[in-house]
Amino acid sequence: MTNLVNISNLNFGYGLRPVLKGINLTVPKGSLVAIMGLSGCGKTTLLRLMGGQLRAREGVVEVAGYRLNDISQEDLYALRRRLGMLFQFGALFTDLSVFDNVAFQMREHTNLPESVIRDLTLMKLNAVGLRGVQSFMPSELSGGMARRVALARATALDPQLILYDEPFAGLDPISLGVIGQLIRRLNDVLGATSVLVTHDVQESLKIVDYVYFVSDGVIVAQGTPDQIRASSLPFVHQFVWGEVDGPLPFHYPASTLRDDLGLKGN
Amino acid sequence: MPLRTTQRSIQLVGDRTLRIVERIGAIMVFLGMILMRSGTSFRRFGLVIREVFFAGVQSLIIILVSGLFVGMVLGLQGHETLQNYGSEESVGVLVALSLVRELGPVVSALLFASRAGSAITAEIGLMKATEQLSAMEMMAVSPISRVVAPRFWGGVLSLPLLSMLFSAMGIIGGFLVAVVLIGVDDGAFWSQMQAAVDFSHDVMNGIIKSVVFGIAVSAIATFEGYEAPPTAEGVSGATTRTVVSSSLAILALDLVLTAFMLKGWN
Repeated sequence: MTNLVNISNLNFGYGLRPVLKGINLTVPKGSLVAIMGLSGCGKTTLLRLMGGQLRAREGVVEVAGYRLNDISQEDLYALRRRLGMLFQFGALFTDLSVFDNVAFQMREHTNLPESVIRDLTLMKLNAVGLRGVQSFMPSELSGGMARRVALARATALDPQLILYDEPFAGLDPISLGVIGQLIRRLNDVLGATSVLVTHDVQESLKIVDYVYFVSDGVIVAQGTPDQIRASSLPFVHQFVWGEVDGPLPFHYPASTLRDDLGLKGN
Repeated sequence: MPLRTTQRSIQLVGDRTLRIVERIGAIMVFLGMILMRSGTSFRRFGLVIREVFFAGVQSLIIILVSGLFVGMVLGLQGHETLQNYGSEESVGVLVALSLVRELGPVVSALLFASRAGSAITAEIGLMKATEQLSAMEMMAVSPISRVVAPRFWGGVLSLPLLSMLFSAMGIIGGFLVAVVLIGVDDGAFWSQMQAAVDFSHDVMNGIIKSVVFGIAVSAIATFEGYEAPPTAEGVSGATTRTVVSSSLAILALDLVLTAFMLKGWN
């Protein structure tokens, strides 16, 4: 199976602070891959590097045959027409209705007649179960509904690669399950490839094909969901089972409590 | 010690000046980017018309009411002064020239900056904070072409029209006070105005001023929104900067333009 995303020896940082160190990662065509880790571990940065929003300092980031390190604006836009991205809170255009949000890319990038755009948009909305809210404004939607509309928008032009940035954040258990199933189903039905950045372990392990664990800018573990569940690596075990203490201590490093409280003697 | 304080003061003034020059430079570069990416705005003029509605039509009430009051005050003050010289029939000339040459373009631009300029900055700033601009970038659609340029041209088209309406309302206000309330001869009011106000020198110069103010206010408002830090504090600071910078720019440009116009552009 060929890879749609190839990342090798990637180093990246903001200013002098290194965020990603020596990352090697591949995403085979047709697969659904999750990148997991704690908040601030560098997983969203990794996703932004795949979408060309950030450029790598060292190493290679290759997506759908384009090397993103030194890609021209024209090529980047050509690549992005083949990408879909779901942002953390949907990022729906607040001045457009649900219908117009989903139809946005079709109107911008194709010369399709309005009647065809209408049919395609309704089909996309139907796929996420929200044909009935086509005339709503984004402010009238719940968090879960907004995420589903954003998913319909991200898949509007049947992208080759779909990037998901924390798609489960802030959702109730039912919406969470719905979004998870939609991500898996859309990936398979569209024949797309998906990369999912999340820290929701249980939901992700139900739907993904492969997992990369990132900690402190380094890939510390990888494998299929079954391998991850059975992993004996202390970090993975703590993360998957949500243990309070482990290799990631409960307390952020600090001086002793006695010193901070100014307690002297025994 | 006093030498050090003086040195520090000079350093502070120099630093501030450099920052202001740098910001003006950044706004000019941004303006250049808008002009280069204005193709979409002209091809799909509906986008600009929509912004003319939001920036222009929705500013109508404040412009018309302010124009009426300013004209009334001019009528009162003008009559009060001119009657000392026995030429109260010239009050129409005073009202009309003050409005079309100076007050119309300047006051309507100041009101426009507060009403529409701040709204444009807040809207673009919030779109940035909620990742709507990033989402657009990821869809291979330039936010400068699709979001910024239509708002810029909407502002540039709206301000001269608002300025003309402001002057027209001001003249009606002056008429109501001078003729209806005080009893100045209406024939003299209108005929002296018609004889003294020159279309190319007075009316056209006023229109040129309002076009320049429209470019300045719209460029500052869109720039501040686009460059706003994506936080609540960042957007509120950008909105304030739009009003302050626009007001100063309007007054400074007015001085320069008036100097050139009085010299006949030679």
